[in-house]
Amino acid sequence: MVEQESPLKPVWKPGTRGNFSDGVGVYLSETAPGSIVQLAAWHGEEKAIIAAIKKVAGLTLPDGAGGGAATGTKAAFGFAPGKFLVVDEQEGLVAAFAKSVKTETGTVTDLSHGRTAIRITGPKAEWVLAKFFAIDFSLTAFPVGAGRSTVHHDIFAQIQRSAPTQFDVYVFRSFARSFWTALCHASEEVGYEVK
Amino acid sequence: MLITCPYCGPRDVSEYTYQGDGNRTRPDPASTDQEVWNAYVYDRLNPAGEHHEIWQHSGGCRAHLAVTRNTLTHVVSSVSFARDAGHKKSDSRRKTGAKA
Repeated sequence: MVEQESPLKPVWKPGTRGNFSDGVGVYLSETAPGSIVQLAAWHGEEKAIIAAIKKVAGLTLPDGAGGGAATGTKAAFGFAPGKFLVVDEQEGLVAAFAKSVKTETGTVTDLSHGRTAIRITGPKAEWVLAKFFAIDFSLTAFPVGAGRSTVHHDIFAQIQRSAPTQFDVYVFRSFARSFWTALCHASEEVGYEVK
Repeated sequence: MLITCPYCGPRDVSEYTYQGDGNRTRPDPASTDQEVWNAYVYDRLNPAGEHHEIWQHSGGCRAHLAVTRNTLTHVVSSVSFARDAGHKKSDSRRKTGAKA
Protein backbone atom coordinates (compact mmCIF):
# COMPACT_ATOMS: atom_id res chain seq x y z
CA MET A 1 0.00 0.00 0.00
CA VAL A 2 0.99 3.61 -0.54
CA GLU A 3 2.37 5.31 2.54
CA GLN A 4 -0.18 7.85 3.76
CA GLU A 5 0.84 11.40 4.51
CA SER A 6 -1.15 13.13 7.22
CA PRO A 7 -3.12 16.20 6.09
CA LEU A 8 -2.35 17.64 9.54
CA LYS A 9 1.40 17.64 8.98
CA PRO A 10 1.78 21.39 8.21
CA VAL A 11 -0.09 22.39 11.40
CA TRP A 12 1.06 19.56 13.65
CA LYS A 13 2.66 21.02 16.79
CA PRO A 14 3.16 18.46 19.57
CA GLY A 15 3.21 19.81 23.10
CA THR A 16 0.93 21.57 25.53
CA ARG A 17 -0.86 24.89 25.06
CA GLY A 18 -3.62 26.95 26.55
CA ASN A 19 -5.00 27.47 30.02
CA PHE A 20 -3.78 24.85 32.51
CA SER A 21 -5.27 26.29 35.70
CA ASP A 22 -7.24 23.01 36.09
CA GLY A 23 -4.66 20.70 34.49
CA VAL A 24 -4.77 19.34 30.95
CA GLY A 25 -8.40 19.34 29.78
CA VAL A 26 -8.03 17.34 26.57
CA TYR A 27 -5.46 15.35 24.65
CA LEU A 28 -5.65 15.63 20.88
CA SER A 29 -4.15 13.08 18.50
CA GLU A 30 -4.52 11.56 15.07
CA THR A 31 -5.10 7.81 15.18
CA ALA A 32 -4.23 7.25 11.48
CA PRO A 33 -5.91 3.85 11.14
CA GLY A 34 -4.79 1.54 8.34
CA SER A 35 -8.35 0.79 7.24
CA ILE A 36 -11.56 2.80 7.24
CA VAL A 37 -14.39 1.00 5.48
CA GLN A 38 -17.98 2.01 4.87
CA LEU A 39 -20.54 -0.77 4.59
CA ALA A 40 -24.03 -0.18 3.25
CA ALA A 41 -26.78 -2.78 3.39
CA TRP A 42 -29.50 -3.03 0.80
CA HIS A 43 -32.98 -2.60 2.23
CA GLY A 44 -33.65 -5.47 4.68
CA GLU A 45 -30.07 -6.79 4.66
CA GLU A 46 -28.87 -4.91 7.74
CA LYS A 47 -28.60 -8.04 9.90
CA ALA A 48 -26.38 -9.72 7.29
CA ILE A 49 -23.99 -6.75 7.37
CA ILE A 50 -23.91 -6.80 11.19
CA ALA A 51 -23.09 -10.53 10.95
CA ALA A 52 -20.30 -9.79 8.45
CA ILE A 53 -18.82 -7.18 10.83
CA LYS A 54 -18.81 -9.78 13.58
CA LYS A 55 -17.18 -12.36 11.33
CA VAL A 56 -14.53 -10.12 9.79
CA ALA A 57 -13.75 -7.61 12.54
CA GLY A 58 -14.88 -9.64 15.56
CA LEU A 59 -17.07 -6.78 16.83
CA THR A 60 -20.60 -7.37 18.05
CA LEU A 61 -22.81 -4.39 17.30
CA PRO A 62 -25.88 -3.77 19.44
CA ASP A 63 -29.21 -3.33 17.72
CA GLY A 64 -30.53 0.14 17.19
CA ALA A 65 -29.62 3.46 15.66
CA GLY A 66 -26.00 4.48 16.05
CA GLY A 67 -25.04 1.27 17.87
CA GLY A 68 -21.36 0.42 17.87
CA ALA A 69 -18.42 -1.20 19.57
CA ALA A 70 -14.76 -0.32 20.01
CA THR A 71 -11.65 -2.17 21.12
CA GLY A 72 -8.10 -0.89 21.31
CA THR A 73 -7.42 -1.67 17.66
CA LYS A 74 -10.80 -1.95 15.95
CA ALA A 75 -14.06 -0.04 15.95
CA ALA A 76 -17.42 -0.14 14.20
CA PHE A 77 -20.63 1.85 14.46
CA GLY A 78 -23.81 2.60 12.58
CA PHE A 79 -24.07 6.16 11.31
CA ALA A 80 -27.18 5.95 9.12
CA PRO A 81 -29.97 3.44 8.44
CA GLY A 82 -28.22 0.30 7.14
CA LYS A 83 -24.82 1.99 6.98
CA PHE A 84 -21.76 1.30 9.08
CA LEU A 85 -18.21 2.53 9.44
CA VAL A 86 -15.59 -0.08 10.37
CA VAL A 87 -12.09 0.94 11.37
CA ASP A 88 -8.97 -1.14 11.91
CA GLU A 89 -5.47 -0.18 12.96
CA GLN A 90 -4.21 -2.60 10.32
CA GLU A 91 -4.59 -2.37 6.56
CA GLY A 92 -6.47 -4.99 4.58
CA LEU A 93 -9.98 -4.68 6.03
CA VAL A 94 -11.49 -3.83 2.64
CA ALA A 95 -10.25 -7.02 1.02
CA ALA A 96 -11.64 -9.07 3.91
CA PHE A 97 -15.07 -7.42 3.67
CA ALA A 98 -15.12 -7.65 -0.11
CA LYS A 99 -14.91 -11.42 0.33
CA SER A 100 -17.59 -11.76 2.98
CA VAL A 101 -20.16 -9.15 1.86
CA LYS A 102 -21.96 -10.44 -1.21
CA THR A 103 -23.22 -8.16 -3.96
CA GLU A 104 -26.83 -8.95 -3.05
CA THR A 105 -26.22 -8.00 0.61
CA GLY A 106 -24.66 -4.58 0.25
CA THR A 107 -21.66 -2.52 -0.73
CA VAL A 108 -18.13 -2.06 0.61
CA THR A 109 -16.39 1.29 0.14
CA ASP A 110 -12.77 1.92 1.02
CA LEU A 111 -12.41 5.29 2.79
CA SER A 112 -8.99 4.61 4.32
CA HIS A 113 -7.39 7.56 2.51
CA GLY A 114 -10.56 9.65 2.39
CA ARG A 115 -11.13 10.22 6.09
CA THR A 116 -8.93 11.57 8.83
CA ALA A 117 -9.45 10.16 12.32
CA ILE A 118 -8.97 12.65 15.14
CA ARG A 119 -9.02 11.45 18.73
CA ILE A 120 -10.05 13.75 21.55
CA THR A 121 -9.69 12.37 25.02
CA GLY A 122 -9.65 13.74 28.55
CA PRO A 123 -11.97 15.10 31.24
CA LYS A 124 -13.08 18.07 29.09
CA ALA A 125 -13.61 16.14 25.82
CA GLU A 126 -17.42 16.37 26.08
CA TRP A 127 -17.21 20.08 26.82
CA VAL A 128 -14.97 20.88 23.85
CA LEU A 129 -16.98 18.80 21.36
CA ALA A 130 -20.23 20.34 22.59
CA LYS A 131 -18.87 23.68 21.35
CA PHE A 132 -18.72 22.24 17.83
CA PHE A 133 -21.72 19.97 17.50
CA ALA A 134 -25.32 20.49 18.56
CA ILE A 135 -25.81 16.98 19.94
CA ASP A 136 -26.00 15.53 23.44
CA PHE A 137 -22.57 14.21 24.49
CA SER A 138 -23.61 12.99 27.96
CA LEU A 139 -22.79 9.35 28.67
CA THR A 140 -26.47 8.41 28.98
CA ALA A 141 -27.47 9.90 25.62
CA PHE A 142 -24.25 8.91 23.86
CA PRO A 143 -23.04 5.61 25.34
CA VAL A 144 -19.59 4.07 24.85
CA GLY A 145 -19.26 2.50 21.41
CA ALA A 146 -22.13 4.48 19.89
CA GLY A 147 -21.72 6.57 16.75
CA ARG A 148 -23.32 9.82 15.58
CA SER A 149 -23.22 11.68 12.31
CA THR A 150 -23.53 15.43 12.40
CA VAL A 151 -21.98 18.59 10.99
CA HIS A 152 -19.89 21.50 12.18
CA HIS A 153 -21.06 24.11 9.68
CA ASP A 154 -20.17 22.38 6.40
CA ILE A 155 -17.73 19.90 7.88
CA PHE A 156 -19.48 16.55 8.00
CA ALA A 157 -18.31 14.45 10.94
CA GLN A 158 -18.87 10.94 12.16
CA ILE A 159 -18.21 10.65 15.87
CA GLN A 160 -17.75 7.53 17.97
CA ARG A 161 -17.40 7.44 21.72
CA SER A 162 -14.66 4.84 22.05
CA ALA A 163 -14.29 5.19 25.85
CA PRO A 164 -16.13 7.17 28.57
CA THR A 165 -13.97 10.26 28.06
CA GLN A 166 -12.70 9.53 24.55
CA PHE A 167 -14.18 10.38 21.16
CA ASP A 168 -12.96 9.57 17.66
CA VAL A 169 -14.04 12.10 15.04
CA TYR A 170 -13.90 11.07 11.39
CA VAL A 171 -13.83 14.02 8.99
CA PHE A 172 -13.20 14.31 5.27
CA ARG A 173 -9.47 14.44 4.65
CA SER A 174 -9.78 17.72 2.74
CA PHE A 175 -11.44 19.38 5.75
CA ALA A 176 -9.18 17.79 8.37
CA ARG A 177 -6.58 20.57 8.64
CA SER A 178 -9.23 23.24 9.01
CA PHE A 179 -11.14 21.21 11.59
CA TRP A 180 -7.97 20.38 13.52
CA THR A 181 -7.00 24.05 13.68
CA ALA A 182 -10.46 24.98 14.97
CA LEU A 183 -10.29 22.12 17.48
CA CYS A 184 -6.97 23.40 18.83
CA HIS A 185 -8.39 26.90 19.23
CA ALA A 186 -11.48 25.56 20.99
CA SER A 187 -9.31 23.48 23.32
CA GLU A 188 -7.12 26.38 24.48
CA GLU A 189 -9.76 27.32 27.03
CA VAL A 190 -9.30 24.03 28.92
CA GLY A 191 -5.63 23.42 28.14
CA TYR A 192 -4.66 20.78 25.60
CA GLU A 193 -1.81 18.51 24.69
CA VAL A 194 -1.10 17.32 21.17
CA LYS A 195 0.50 13.90 21.15
CA MET B 1 -36.74 24.63 14.75
CA LEU B 2 -35.93 21.03 15.65
CA ILE B 3 -36.73 18.00 13.51
CA THR B 4 -36.56 14.62 15.25
CA CYS B 5 -34.88 12.28 12.79
CA PRO B 6 -36.11 8.69 13.27
CA TYR B 7 -32.49 7.54 13.21
CA CYS B 8 -30.45 10.37 14.78
CA GLY B 9 -32.92 11.95 17.20
CA PRO B 10 -33.68 15.67 17.59
CA ARG B 11 -31.40 17.85 15.48
CA ASP B 12 -31.30 21.49 14.50
CA VAL B 13 -32.94 22.48 11.23
CA SER B 14 -29.55 23.59 9.89
CA GLU B 15 -28.64 19.91 9.49
CA TYR B 16 -31.56 19.39 7.11
CA THR B 17 -32.25 20.28 3.50
CA TYR B 18 -35.75 21.01 2.29
CA GLN B 19 -36.68 18.74 -0.60
CA GLY B 20 -40.06 20.18 -1.42
CA ASP B 21 -43.76 19.53 -1.17
CA GLY B 22 -44.57 16.00 -0.01
CA ASN B 23 -48.05 15.96 -1.55
CA ARG B 24 -46.92 15.65 -5.13
CA THR B 25 -47.24 12.41 -7.03
CA ARG B 26 -45.24 12.18 -10.22
CA PRO B 27 -47.51 11.43 -13.19
CA ASP B 28 -46.90 8.39 -15.34
CA PRO B 29 -43.73 9.30 -17.29
CA ALA B 30 -45.48 8.16 -20.47
CA SER B 31 -48.29 10.62 -19.91
CA THR B 32 -48.60 13.49 -22.39
CA ASP B 33 -51.40 15.18 -20.46
CA GLN B 34 -50.17 18.77 -20.22
CA GLU B 35 -52.56 19.70 -17.44
CA VAL B 36 -51.38 16.84 -15.24
CA TRP B 37 -47.73 17.78 -15.73
CA ASN B 38 -48.49 21.45 -15.23
CA ALA B 39 -50.19 20.64 -11.94
CA TYR B 40 -47.28 18.45 -10.85
CA VAL B 41 -44.70 21.13 -11.56
CA TYR B 42 -46.54 24.31 -10.53
CA ASP B 43 -49.61 23.71 -8.38
CA ARG B 44 -49.02 23.92 -4.67
CA LEU B 45 -51.47 23.86 -1.79
CA ASN B 46 -49.64 26.56 0.17
CA PRO B 47 -51.66 25.86 3.33
CA ALA B 48 -51.65 28.02 6.43
CA GLY B 49 -51.31 25.11 8.84
CA GLU B 50 -50.27 21.46 8.57
CA HIS B 51 -48.15 20.77 5.51
CA HIS B 52 -46.61 17.55 4.20
CA GLU B 53 -42.98 18.05 3.25
CA ILE B 54 -39.93 16.06 2.27
CA TRP B 55 -36.69 16.88 4.10
CA GLN B 56 -33.28 15.27 3.87
CA HIS B 57 -31.07 14.91 6.90
CA SER B 58 -28.12 16.00 4.77
CA GLY B 59 -25.94 16.88 7.76
CA GLY B 60 -26.51 13.57 9.48
CA CYS B 61 -27.68 10.15 8.32
CA ARG B 62 -28.65 11.54 4.90
CA ALA B 63 -32.04 9.80 4.98
CA HIS B 64 -35.01 11.37 3.23
CA LEU B 65 -37.83 12.09 5.64
CA ALA B 66 -41.56 12.67 5.34
CA VAL B 67 -42.25 15.56 7.71
CA THR B 68 -45.54 17.18 8.70
CA ARG B 69 -44.87 20.79 9.66
CA ASN B 70 -47.26 23.53 10.66
CA THR B 71 -46.44 26.51 8.46
CA LEU B 72 -47.84 28.95 11.04
CA THR B 73 -46.07 27.66 14.15
CA HIS B 74 -43.23 25.48 12.78
CA VAL B 75 -44.43 22.66 15.03
CA VAL B 76 -43.28 19.37 13.51
CA SER B 77 -46.05 16.90 14.29
CA SER B 78 -44.71 13.79 12.56
CA VAL B 79 -41.50 12.50 11.02
CA SER B 80 -40.95 9.17 9.28
CA PHE B 81 -38.61 7.71 6.71
CA ALA B 82 -39.85 8.71 3.27
CA ARG B 83 -39.04 5.23 1.95
CA ASP B 84 -41.24 3.47 4.50
CA ALA B 85 -44.48 5.36 4.42
CA GLY B 86 -44.18 8.75 2.90
CA HIS B 87 -47.19 10.96 3.08
CA LYS B 88 -50.65 9.70 2.51
CA LYS B 89 -52.22 11.34 -0.46
CA SER B 90 -53.76 14.56 0.63
CA ASP B 91 -57.51 14.74 0.11
CA SER B 92 -57.41 18.48 0.13
CA ARG B 93 -55.35 18.70 -3.04
CA ARG B 94 -57.28 20.69 -5.56
CA LYS B 95 -58.18 19.04 -8.82
CA THR B 96 -56.23 19.78 -11.95
CA GLY B 97 -57.48 22.96 -13.58
CA ALA B 98 -59.75 23.87 -10.67
CA LYS B 99 -59.78 27.46 -9.51
CA ALA B 100 -57.87 28.11 -6.31
